[in-house]
Amino acid sequence: MIAAATEKQVTTTQVYRVYIKATAQAIWDAITAPGWAEKYGYGCPVEYDLRPKGAFRAVASPAMKAHAPAMPDVIIVGEVIESAPPRKLVQTWHPVWDEASAKEEPTRLTYEIDDQPGGMCRLTITHDVAGAPLTAAMVAGEVPNAGGGWAFVLSDLKTLLETGKRLAE
Amino acid sequence: MRADLTCDHLVTYYRLVDDDRVFKALADPTRRFLLDRLFARDGRTLTELESELDMTRFGVMKHLRILEAAGLVVTRRSGREKLHFLNPVPIRLIHDRWIDKYRERRVSALAELKRELEGSK
Repeated sequence: MIAAATEKQVTTTQVYRVYIKATAQAIWDAITAPGWAEKYGYGCPVEYDLRPKGAFRAVASPAMKAHAPAMPDVIIVGEVIESAPPRKLVQTWHPVWDEASAKEEPTRLTYEIDDQPGGMCRLTITHDVAGAPLTAAMVAGEVPNAGGGWAFVLSDLKTLLETGKRLAE
Repeated sequence: MRADLTCDHLVTYYRLVDDDRVFKALADPTRRFLLDRLFARDGRTLTELESELDMTRFGVMKHLRILEAAGLVVTRRSGREKLHFLNPVPIRLIHDRWIDKYRERRVSALAELKRELEGSK
């Protein structure tokens, strides 16, 4: 009985890790600097105020707008909790592209970048999605027609930084 | 512009080494079972994982180490406990690099066939 009850518990932390042949600064820039987020993953421009309580927002890409005209301009909002360039970024991350997601709890997202031998860096994303089951399914790539979530984003980011190209191209 | 800064053959080499580890890690039913358990519920302890297998603690640890070396499992400390998380990114990398490559080729082959058929009408 106890085992069955435990089994049903939905985990609220997701961990994604990728090794990239790039400097920590290049990876940090690809996550936070203007003009980078457009080049990989979902291609949504992001804006960061990299100070504690600084604002974060991601806006819908032109492709998204074309595909879904009802999509609002700002699709994800958040607040920077900790910014230690180019090693660690902690922030809240709250999708607001639809009413159901907007009603969920803001999630907590942590990026960690560690140097590895051979000019590699290790990028780890820890996403605490407590109280946000829709967001949890989306970032895990489990929502049909909503892309591959963090695994897809990190795979595309690795390809971009290592080859200068995108997966889709 | 960044491409000029990378040594493409080195990148390829690293990727092949990584792929080898992933394929080897997946080529074992116990390790696939462990990944399935983590997919059902992430962040488990060794004790939890061990309780579902008819295997010594040492044996399970060995399998988890191979999964961790392949990047398929990431561990996190939480107090005195070590939690195991499924990392799907290495599988995604193989998918994106191999499966999509072949699919793309098939799609372009179909497009070519279509053009040919239409052209010969």
